[in-house]
Amino acid sequence: MDSALVVHRLHFAFTATFHYLFPQLTMGLAPLIVICKLLAIRHPERGYAEAARLLGRLFAINFVFGVVTGVPMEFQFGTNWARFSRFAGGVIGQTLAMEGMFAFFLESTFLGLFLFGERRLSPRAHLLSAVAVFLGSWLSGYFIVATDAWMQHPVGYTAAADGSVQLVSLSALLLNRWAFWQYLHTMGGAAVTGAFAVAGLGAYYLLRAKPDDDQRISAALLRTGVLAAAIASLWQLFPSGDRQGQLVTENQPATLAAMEGLFVTQPNAPLVLIGQPNTDEGRIDNTVEVPSVLSVLSYRHWNAEVKGLDAFPADERPDNIGLLYYSYHLMVGLGTIFVALMGLALLWLVRGRLTQSRPLLWALVLAVPLPYIANTAGWITAEIGRQPWLVYGLMRTAAGTSHRVSAGNGLFSLIGFMGLYVLLAIAFVLLMTRTIVRGPAEVSEHALPPPASGEPAGAES
Amino acid sequence: MLYPRRRAVNPPERRAEEKMPTLWFLLVALMLVAYVVLDGFDLGIGAIYKLVATSRDERALVRRTIGPVWDANEVWLLAAGGTLYFAFPQLYASSFSGFYLPLMLVLWLLIGRALGLELRGHFGDDLIGDACDTIFMISSLLLTVILGAALGNVVRGVPLDADGYFFLPLWTNFRPGRDPGVLDWYTVLCGVVALVALGTHGAHYLALRTTGEVNVRARRIGHLGTRLLPLLTFASLVATLIVRPSVSDNFRDHPAGLLLPAAVAASLVAMELAARRGREQRAFLASGAYLICMLGGAAFALYPVLLPSSDDPTRSLTLTTSATGSYALRVALAWWLVALALVVGTFLHLYRTFRGKLTAATGEGYH
Ligand code: HDD
Ligand code: HEM
Ligand code: HEM
Repeated sequence: MDSALVVHRLHFAFTATFHYLFPQLTMGLAPLIVICKLLAIRHPERGYAEAARLLGRLFAINFVFGVVTGVPMEFQFGTNWARFSRFAGGVIGQTLAMEGMFAFFLESTFLGLFLFGERRLSPRAHLLSAVAVFLGSWLSGYFIVATDAWMQHPVGYTAAADGSVQLVSLSALLLNRWAFWQYLHTMGGAAVTGAFAVAGLGAYYLLRAKPDDDQRISAALLRTGVLAAAIASLWQLFPSGDRQGQLVTENQPATLAAMEGLFVTQPNAPLVLIGQPNTDEGRIDNTVEVPSVLSVLSYRHWNAEVKGLDAFPADERPDNIGLLYYSYHLMVGLGTIFVALMGLALLWLVRGRLTQSRPLLWALVLAVPLPYIANTAGWITAEIGRQPWLVYGLMRTAAGTSHRVSAGNGLFSLIGFMGLYVLLAIAFVLLMTRTIVRGPAEVSEHALPPPASGEPAGAES
Repeated sequence: MLYPRRRAVNPPERRAEEKMPTLWFLLVALMLVAYVVLDGFDLGIGAIYKLVATSRDERALVRRTIGPVWDANEVWLLAAGGTLYFAFPQLYASSFSGFYLPLMLVLWLLIGRALGLELRGHFGDDLIGDACDTIFMISSLLLTVILGAALGNVVRGVPLDADGYFFLPLWTNFRPGRDPGVLDWYTVLCGVVALVALGTHGAHYLALRTTGEVNVRARRIGHLGTRLLPLLTFASLVATLIVRPSVSDNFRDHPAGLLLPAAVAASLVAMELAARRGREQRAFLASGAYLICMLGGAAFALYPVLLPSSDDPTRSLTLTTSATGSYALRVALAWWLVALALVVGTFLHLYRTFRGKLTAATGEGYH
């Protein structure tokens, strides 16, 4: 690989991975805030209004970081992937433009109203702006996933005389079957992140048991979080994860082989649970596997033949099999753990024992970072799995870079982003921890929220 | 390998074929104008932030005037970028990769502006709070200069290669001739014009939204800028004619276009009169009109070229060589108009909710 290609790939991978840490919480929290606000109307005494307010404050901090890291993404298609943009811009530019015109405007205008408007708006109008922010963020998720889905599974285009592709059907682009399942799975992943965060927050407040904490708020957070997390975790496994796997099997067989670490084509293909792919010798070392299960999962038949990597020429296999295999197994492994943990927590919740079970509460607190890992691993699976294609079957990654931007200039901005994002990460963690630690005491004291983003700390003085 | 499309079609057919791209050229221009007018006052306020507000309460007041709206305003840039991307993929590809270095700076500055502004409220008068103030001001200020310089680059032209790509270093010898950089005397002049124009625009907006000391200072700065602008505008006009004489072609062929420079002059006069009489709203509207007419004039002069080549006019990227297929342009029109109606509606709602003057005294609340 020439070094400019490496730099451009790293540039995109680093900034996208970092960006996605924030939207997943945005999209996960938004519906939970709406739910808490709705529950607050039915049960005014149970702390839901305060819970919603606290979540809204965390949401606001998170949102800012999502916005500032998202803006560079929008530009990088042109700055770092110019030949790809000229090739495919006529198609994927469509969904990106729709994202801007429909989703980002909706989100950003109503966020302003949601954060600054609790005094100026009636409670109903305030609830409606929370709903609009939720819809905006989920809409933005759809358009961006539809963009990615087109790269995974191009539809609705035709090849033009100048070598580019042009759109022939907007509905095909928007209703891409791949986009449908990818969206449901990605949103499920975001819901997992949001729900784990809410459950963990409630558990943390219960564990620390500060006298001025209003424990009704903690319990409200815990209940909402655990219930949502249990549903979302199951959803990730089935049907959405299962269907994603089906799509990969049907449309990207080489990717499937690499994800599963299947080097040799075989019937009764086993599912590898543990093992290290040894690409030099073309096998998995130290395996723990279940016979025939991969055949069943892929083709719903015990002795179906599953194509291994040997069925594909070397230049059509993903180029980083190790990373792909581990990412995929990490995601699926974590997904399984999530179902078990939240199943248990839900059971205890229903029996009314969760708030007293310190080990389980601790587990919920410690689990908060795990969905981030699972989501990142999932994206790495999708993006590395698509290699060596940038647009599957149509354009190779190596042909899509900005050839006039040298490795040196790319490295300059990559290093710049790395430095900047380290500072961002520090600021984010600092602000979130501060807000969380102050927590329920603060939101329940004031009938109305103290200043959120962009506001003076004046209210505190 | 891709090459710029050169379609050989007959003139009448050709004209029909240019209709859709022309429409999208106008729509993208409209969105960029909306961005400059709206986020322009956010940036302008940032550029004069520490001058216009000295105490902690005053700074909080200034931030509150733009707090609920700056992100929505910035989205015009993103939406314009996305629209440019699908309608003119080739232009997007070559200009974004060619202006790689200044765009990276723009991205970092946009991050700095947003974080400085949004995180400031979480800190007291300590070191970090101070740092936020400085980052917000410097980022906004530099952004206005770079945006102006970027427009200067588009007018001056860039060294496009046979494939329609280029790459510009940040500077070479500061001359606009052969082997130019992003910054030369001409584009720096454009940057200064943008700084003063947006600083003035921001000051007028701030005056409109505030009372007390901040209001007095904002008016003073706004008036100072208003007096500087005619001189700078004239200088930039002369400089443009020197650097790129062909900008006058469209005006010669279609004299009606001369209404645009006339409107620029009229808006400057109106701005001066309003500023002198303390008519805050009129001064702000006049500076908005000034920005619209300046950008409109530039777009009129360039049409149908989107990105001129600085050394070989046949390589310039034009409407027809850069546009995507006609199906995409037609189908997008339907959803785009629906979206625009929604956007205008939500913007009206947003600005109506947060209208009226703010005072520094109330440390709390959003009134
Ligand atoms: C909390 C997050 C989370 C969890 C628990 C899971 N996933 Fe996932 N997965 C994602 C979050 C995610 C994701 C981030 O949303 C991805 C990345 C791109 C995409 O479409 O969704 C993804 C992609 C993704 C893909 C597509 C890879 C490609 O496009 O090449 C498959 C086949 C699966 N997942 C399968 C599963 C299965 C069988 C799971 C069972 C436990 C599972 N995922 C749990
Ligand atoms: C849905 C929106 C997304 C789009 C349109 C998109 C598009 C792209 C593009 C154009 C590239 C560069 C070309 C390539 O290397 O294949 C890329 C690479 C990559 N992206 Fe994404 N991406 C998206 C989301 C994400 C997210 C959220 C993550 C992170 C968690 C991610 C992780 C990566 C990685 C790791 C690579 C590098 C792959 C490699 O070059 O080896 N992507 N993606
Ligand atoms: C690589 C492709 C991506 C691009 C070009 C991109 C672009 C952007 C931009 C420009 C913003 C800021 C919007 C504003 O100013 O309000 C943003 C925020 C956001 N993005 Fe991305 N993004 C990408 C990946 C993703 C992915 C994969 C998702 C989800 C599936 C996503 C979901 C969101 C959401 C929900 C927001 C709202 C604000 C927040 O993050 O908290 N983005 N994105």
